[in-house]
Amino acid sequence: MSSAPRTATERTKLPYCHESFHNLQELRHSASLANKVFIQRDYTDGTVCKFQTKFPSELDSRIERTLFEDTVKTLNNYYAEAEKIGGQSYLEGCLACLTVYLIFLCIETRYEKVLKKISRYIQEQNEKVYAPRGLLITDPIERGMRVIEISVYEDRGSSGSSSGSSTTSSSGR
Amino acid sequence: MSAVMITRKVTRKWEKLPGKNTFCCDGRVMMARQKGVFYLTLFLIVGTCSLFFAFECPYLAVHLSPAIPVFAVLLFVFVVAMLLRTSFSDPGVLPRALPEEANFIEMEIEAANGNVMAGQRPPPRIKNVQINNQIVKLKYCYTCKIFRPPRASHCSICDNCVDRFDHHCPWVGNCVGKRNYRYFYLFTLSLSLLTIYIFAFNIVHVVLRSVDSGFMNTLKETPGTVLEVLVCFFTLWSVVGLTGFHTYLISLNQTTNEDIKGSWSGKNRVQNPYSHKNFIKNCCEVLCGPTYPSVLDRRGVMLEDSTRPTPSDASAASTYKSTNPVSQTTKSSAPLIPNEHTPEEAKPSIGAGTQKSTSSPKEEKPPSPTSPNAVAPAVIKESAH
Repeated sequence: MSSAPRTATERTKLPYCHESFHNLQELRHSASLANKVFIQRDYTDGTVCKFQTKFPSELDSRIERTLFEDTVKTLNNYYAEAEKIGGQSYLEGCLACLTVYLIFLCIETRYEKVLKKISRYIQEQNEKVYAPRGLLITDPIERGMRVIEISVYEDRGSSGSSSGSSTTSSSGR
Repeated sequence: MSAVMITRKVTRKWEKLPGKNTFCCDGRVMMARQKGVFYLTLFLIVGTCSLFFAFECPYLAVHLSPAIPVFAVLLFVFVVAMLLRTSFSDPGVLPRALPEEANFIEMEIEAANGNVMAGQRPPPRIKNVQINNQIVKLKYCYTCKIFRPPRASHCSICDNCVDRFDHHCPWVGNCVGKRNYRYFYLFTLSLSLLTIYIFAFNIVHVVLRSVDSGFMNTLKETPGTVLEVLVCFFTLWSVVGLTGFHTYLISLNQTTNEDIKGSWSGKNRVQNPYSHKNFIKNCCEVLCGPTYPSVLDRRGVMLEDSTRPTPSDASAASTYKSTNPVSQTTKSSAPLIPNEHTPEEAKPSIGAGTQKSTSSPKEEKPPSPTSPNAVAPAVIKESAH
């Protein structure tokens, strides 16, 4: 118990922290990590950062499909906003080039600003939607922007095998 | 108990990163292992420019214009800044999959492949993705245990998968990828300009001075000129050519890697799905696109179990301790995951290994049900939906 706050303090020094992790630990002393579901990237639009919205079957009994899809779609929108190529990105690029990219020592890039927004959004979603259902979303930036990792927690009180939906080979659907 | 935490030095994530990179300034600088050629590049640039500033600039500033050395200084600063930016930054390295993710992908592959007959080679690990009406193959990286995103490639020198991998440049001492391609291009462009500038003004200086003092005397007075002209002459051909080549690649939105492999050469009506078919749009995307962040988090603080004085604290350590059974799995399954070069003898043990990997992280789950057929088409062929 005494080291849990220390964990959160250390994590707040990271650029991409989510304090909900700390809250989840406190709220769910009796929970243990049962499974992890990975939402893969959707490359149909090219190399832009976009995640698949298809609902994994492991989460069937844990969360409503619409809530999950809303979360992923909002994340996709944030990433699209960060990677948008338009007037603002050109201005930022040209200005940075003229200042030999030293300007990035003073100001944040647009992408970094959006990443902070994403981090706050995930934290908020974890607290309001996912933690009460025994789930935890990990910010994709901590996984190399490759996957959205959703940790599925089970109550330690439940004995023996977990719910039947947590099978792994059907994860490809 | 808390005294133990205070005296221990903080471990940052870059110290534990796999791959063959070297890090400096506590993780702020990231380069390849062999840096010799980079030092040569730096020496040539700084050396030649120093000679120019020492020998030619005083004369030209007085006899022609003081703007000449000023512009040379600006150009020199830009070149060095771009070189250092290219060399020291993360090219877009994709971190390796953590054990749970690697296992998840393994299980997807196993499910998709169905039952492989004993002694038969399992099918190659490839995912097909449709991008702009082109089928692009995503290959599986056995080192990083991920399916590489489109345009990513594994650099064998740095032992990392790099996003939008262009090439590994020894002159710059780093890979050139998504995050530092524009700095690399600006470096070659500005270096071309600097080389042409120094070369041209060397000639001008020699001509002007020869009119006054004679050719041989000029060379005796400014011995650096000969050296500069030699360096510039050889640099011109290589760097200007390289700049031209990369301008061509940018206009087509291709990488050097794709060009060498002939991925979009037009055979079998294969076209580049990433190109906007517009020269200006392609240039803008590559040069003025968003500045991607590094996903490596090199300076993040490592959270190690050994630093915590209370090992019995279940709540804080639950996530990290729970990875221990998985990491044991990794030890048992890692040598058993088939490598492209795995000899045939290792193959029969894969079946046994995957049994272990499916059972240990999922202690309370039933064994993987045998319903691969419904899964197989969906995993291998992901078309637009």
